Formats: sequence, C-alpha cells, structure tokens
Amino acid sequence: MDFNDTPQEAAFRREAAEWLAANVPSAEEIAGLSRLETAKLWQKRKFDAGWACIGWAKEFGGRGASAIEQVIWRQEEGRYDVPASFFVIGQGMIAPTMMAWATDADKERYLPKLASGEEIWCQLFSEPAGGSDLAALRTKAEPDGDDWILNGQKIWTSGAHFSDYGIIVVRTDPTVAKHKGLSFFFIDMKSPGIEVRPIKQLTGESDFNEVYFRDVRVPDSQRLGEVGQGWQVALTTLMNERAAIGAGFGHVNVNTAVDMAKAVTINDRPAIEDSAVRAKIADWHVKEAGLKYTGYRSLTALSRRELPGPENSIGKLVGAPQLQQISSFCMDLLEASGAIWDSDWAEEQDKIATGYLGAPGLRIAGGTDEIMANIVAERVLGLPQEPRADKGIPFNEVPTG
Amino acid sequence: MNFEFSQDQLLLRDQARGFLAEHCPPKAVRTVLDGEQDWDETLWNKVAEMGWQATVIPEAYGGLGLSYYELVIIAEELGRAVAPIPFGSSIYLAAEAIQHYGSEQQKSEWLPKLASGEAIATFALSEGPGRATVKSLAAQVSSGGLTGRKIPVPDAGIADVAVVVAANGDGAQLVLVPLKQSGVTVTPVRTLDFSRGHGCIEFNNAQAETLSGAKDGWLATQQLLDRAAVLYAWEQLGIADAALEQARQYALERYAFGRQIGSYQAIKHKLVAMYTKNTIARSNAYMGAWALQDGPEQLPLAAATARVAAIQASLFAAEENIQTHGGMGFTWEFDCQFFYRRAKLLSLAIGSEAHWQDRLVAALERGAADPSQQAGA
Repeated sequence: MDFNDTPQEAAFRREAAEWLAANVPSAEEIAGLSRLETAKLWQKRKFDAGWACIGWAKEFGGRGASAIEQVIWRQEEGRYDVPASFFVIGQGMIAPTMMAWATDADKERYLPKLASGEEIWCQLFSEPAGGSDLAALRTKAEPDGDDWILNGQKIWTSGAHFSDYGIIVVRTDPTVAKHKGLSFFFIDMKSPGIEVRPIKQLTGESDFNEVYFRDVRVPDSQRLGEVGQGWQVALTTLMNERAAIGAGFGHVNVNTAVDMAKAVTINDRPAIEDSAVRAKIADWHVKEAGLKYTGYRSLTALSRRELPGPENSIGKLVGAPQLQQISSFCMDLLEASGAIWDSDWAEEQDKIATGYLGAPGLRIAGGTDEIMANIVAERVLGLPQEPRADKGIPFNEVPTG
Repeated sequence: MNFEFSQDQLLLRDQARGFLAEHCPPKAVRTVLDGEQDWDETLWNKVAEMGWQATVIPEAYGGLGLSYYELVIIAEELGRAVAPIPFGSSIYLAAEAIQHYGSEQQKSEWLPKLASGEAIATFALSEGPGRATVKSLAAQVSSGGLTGRKIPVPDAGIADVAVVVAANGDGAQLVLVPLKQSGVTVTPVRTLDFSRGHGCIEFNNAQAETLSGAKDGWLATQQLLDRAAVLYAWEQLGIADAALEQARQYALERYAFGRQIGSYQAIKHKLVAMYTKNTIARSNAYMGAWALQDGPEQLPLAAATARVAAIQASLFAAEENIQTHGGMGFTWEFDCQFFYRRAKLLSLAIGSEAHWQDRLVAALERGAADPSQQAGA
C-alpha cells in the first residue's frame, strides 16, 4: 500500500496543476464580479482550454478523461477558491441524463453549453406532496397537439432563479399506478407561465425555490424517454445525485473542535484535558478519518480501473450529522458565548453557527438520513423493502393527506 | 493511490477463510466453550502447519519474513472465526516484543519456537483494576529477579514464557520470564469468554532477563501496544463483520407480523448502523496496517484510531446481533454469544475504549503528519 500516483497519474496531475497555476483568475481580474459571473468566467476559460467536464466525450466538450483523472483534477482545482457549485447539478446529474436519453441533435445543442457554463440547468423533481416519496408527485402534463400543457408546483429547486433550462418529471396518467404514470421533459425556464419564488431557509439564505407552472407549453420533442417511462429516466438522474452531493461538509471539522478545546477552559483547565471532551473528539476523528480512508479505497479501485464498492454510500449519512454534532459541541465549549453569531463580536465563531444552522439542510438534501439508511439497507445489505400501501393502486385512488 | 491489498494478499484471505471454515467452525468454538480445555490445541497446531505464527518473524529466526499486510489478513479471519487459540498474546504481543527489543541470543532462543507454534508466549501488564501506569506498577525487578503479581494474563496456563512489564526504580522494564520455573505460580482466572484461558501469575524472585533493546521500558511498552492495537483491530473487525452477517441472515429468515423482520426500518436502520461502523472501522484498520508496515511516524494516531473504531464496531455489532435475534439470541444454544464474549474480551485486552480515545487525542495534539498530504492526494 502507498499513497502515490502511478507515473501516468503523476504526469496528469502535473499538467493539471501547471495549467491551473497559469489560468486561475487573479483577484484583480474578478474584482467587481458577482460569484455567478466569476463562476461563468472560470467555467468558460476551462472549457476553451479543454479542462471543463473532462470525463465527457470530446464531442460534448470534454476530453474523455478516466475516473481517477477526474478525481485528480478535482483535487488540484480544489486547491483554489474558484466557484463551481452553480454547475454541479447540471453537469453532474442532468448531463448524464441527457447523454442517456436525449436525441443526438439535442446532445450536440445542449451539452457543450452546459460544459462551458454558458447555460445553467436546474432539476425540477420534488413537490410539496412528493419529497422522500418522489414518485407521488402531482404536477400534471396534458397533451395538446404536438405540445404538452403543464400545471402544478415544484419545490426545493436549487438555482431555479438563475437557470436557463430545467428537467422535470410530471404526471401524464393519474389512472395507473404511481411510478407508471410519469413522463420526463426538459424545459426552457423562460417559458410563459413559469414563476420562480425563492424560499428563505432558516439560515436566512435562499438557495432553493418554489416553481409554479400555469399552463406552461412544452413541445413533445423535449420529452426524454417514452410517455409513462419518466420514472426510469428520473432514476438516471438520481443515481448521479449521490456522486454530486455530499462531497464536503463545510469548514467545521475535528480540527475546529481540537482548536476550540485548546483555547477554552473547563474548571480552569484547558478543555482539551477533560476526558469527556477527549472522548467526543476521538469519536469524531474516527469517523472523519474513516470516511477519508474509505474514499482512498474507492480511489484505489478507480486507479485500477475497477468499480468502487458500495462503501462510499455512507458518506452523507455519517458526515452530515457529524457537522451538526461538532458545531453544536463547539458552541457548548463556549458556554453562553456560544450563542453569539455576530462577526462584530466573534468573527471566528461565524463558521460554527453557520455550520450548525446549515446542518439540518445537509441531513435532508438529496435524501434524508432515513431514506439514505433505507437505500443502504436495500441496495448494499439486500434487505427487503417495506410493504407499500400504494403498490399497484391507480394514483388517483391512493389515500393522501 | 494504492490503498488496497495486493492480489496475492487477497488470495491469502480467501485461503485463510476457507481453512478456518473447515477447521474452526462454530462447533469447534462451542466445544471449547463447553469443555474443560480453554483452548483448541489441535487448531493451534494446524494453524502452525499453515505457518501463520511465522508470518512476520524474520526468516533468520525461522519465520516467513512476510509483511504486516499478511498478518492483519490472518488476524481478521481469526476474529471472524472466533478462533480459541493464543494467537494474539503469543504473536501480536510477545513475539513482537522479543523481535523488536530482544537480544540476539533471546531472539535466537525464542522466535523460532514461537514461529513454529512449538512454544507459546504471553504478555503481562495488568495488575488489577484500573489503567496501568508506570507509577502504578507493583511488580518489581531487581538483580535478575522478578517479584509481584499479574492479573489477568491471557493464556497464562499454557504459555512457556511471558514478556512482563515491571517496575525498575522510577521507570519500567520489559523482562522475559520463562514460566516453567519454581519462582512462578499460575492460578486459572475465569473471564467472560470461557473459550480463552486467563490466569493470575505470582512471581517470587523469578528468574527474569531484561529485553535490553528497550532502553525505556515504559516507552517500549507503549510502542508495543500501538503495534498490537492495529493487529487486534483487524481481529475485532472480523468479529464485527461476522456478527453483521449473522444478524442480516436472521433478519432475512425470521418473520414477524407476516413479514421478514429485515423489512422493518427499525431493523434495517440498526443493520445500516452496524455496516456504517464496520466500514469506518475497516478503512481506519487499512490506515493502521499501512502505518504498522510503512509509516512509523503515523503509527500512534493510526493505531489509536483503528483501535477505537474497531472496539466500537465490534461491540455494537455483537450487541445488536443479539438484539436482532430477540430471545433466541440470549440462549446458550445460539452462537451469537461467541461474538459478544470475544468482542468484549478483545476490547479490554490491551486497554479500554476510553484509554485509546485518550491516546488518540494525545496523538492529535502532537499533530501527527498526514501521509496523504506528502503525496498528491
């Protein structure tokens, strides 16, 4: 065992690092630009040089890089503070869906602009009545000539307010069983009848939106998969979701707790000397290191051109609650002052309160802790599904509340 | 990044698993648990024929001179099979002590016999309730004579020789004490795991040789414990995975309220919690194995992390395996007890969870270097 690159990997890493060093925008270059404008500038620059979406085929703007090369690229790019989150859903989840289901003409039209960051996409899946039980969604599409007319509401749509296009799952037949009456489209977010309303989260920020559809006209040519095949298409997107979400858990980690425990006292002794504090720090280190080395095992599989095992499926399940626990505990160490979230008074505490307030979102987004546990139980351990009360029943006869 | 065993090592794992399935099935463990003997001597000899005791002992001393990667694979399989043999005390602890701190003469005398399984050795640190410290040691060595009491000592009744940590002035010293001599009295001590023998050893001016390579005996003891922590972690990991597999199997077979109990989220989430702890423990055990073989500077942190993770995973899996089985899991007849007893025994063997949490944070405070930062990753 070792932690070294193979000679080919090392050469690729050098090439990537050299290009990054020469091309990451300087502070002067991005002065006055918003985060989104900066992201678009950087993405276009990568695209023009062949460093955008490097795992994609050349014809779509990538360079056909291997899985391990993509990881190496992410590691090297990760050394710089360049914004990327605007494109994660489009490039990480929607592009694979388009590659699998869109016509060649649509792939040529849309994928390169997705890679270059010129067009941003959002994912319109969740609804007020369809969260963990996504297939219970109710937004309907009715045929009208060569078009479909959409009516309904989506929720938790990241980035809908700055997106050019979106993918959407809708109900085209309420008289058949839940999963069978769905169809899948891509839509122009500027279509008449679409209204985007930001949701204010408990953090005070607005990353998500409600999206309302009132008689929105969508051409049938923008359907992906057959009518009634929408669930299968959606699974392509969802399978790529776990890869896109959960890559990092912010700036609060075990080191934050260690530093804090060295800085404050308990009964006039450094908190780090307290055995209860040590036990907690040790447990968090066990999990943080365990996740890191689990990642190394998966990387090794990629490096050997093998498929990684299921072990990485625990990442979000372990990481998100841990962020909540560590930030909560760091606040505890500060006693009453832990409540302060005011950079005029305690700038260094900002990330702790931000971590604590943001953690509930991470435990829910992309599959709640409970849904993630079900997925691991069923896909990894092979345990049976719970019996479902709506199984085989026409959707319009399923009890709702 | 090459953070995985080699193909040959993975082959060894398959062989070891197959060998133990044949020679150490649950009924062999049960025979020891139910019987008068507190070890399986036949299994010990068969394991010796496979050369497992010899794995990391240098060829010059009759060993195979293989790496710790091979030894951790064997440790995991011994854990999975709940093997009732003195492998840990003889190999993870005593042979390691002799190999690293013994004189040329001591190594030549003992290592070939330990490698072949002809001799059994043990390691004696604990003297009774509470965490042993250099100040707490009462057993005393002076002018080649050891006097004092050690309890509990694993395999005391069958060991030929013990590596003993004893006080010497203000410090500690590692001494080698042949147990078949007049100054030594061994009394059996029953532990919660009847399939592994323990004893109390009284030394009355027993003849003891210094392991002279250990200049600071207490520091050497800590280094030995770090090394053993990795090996025990792998054995505990074997227990944890076997207990999860048993719980999973039962959750699929057992029906309640007209359906498999494994379809209830209460059981599913319990099993996922086991899987999660086991995965965390396995990945940390990989790091421990790497540090033991190739990264001595990282060993204190990696060993403590592997040990804490393995204690937590093995106890949780063994406890919740019984819970998943319901009342049947609590019977003598079911095998769930094997994992429960052994997981707890090994969790105490070289220091408790709290002890290793403490060591882990001490290593974090010292700021151990992260090897993955040296490489590109």
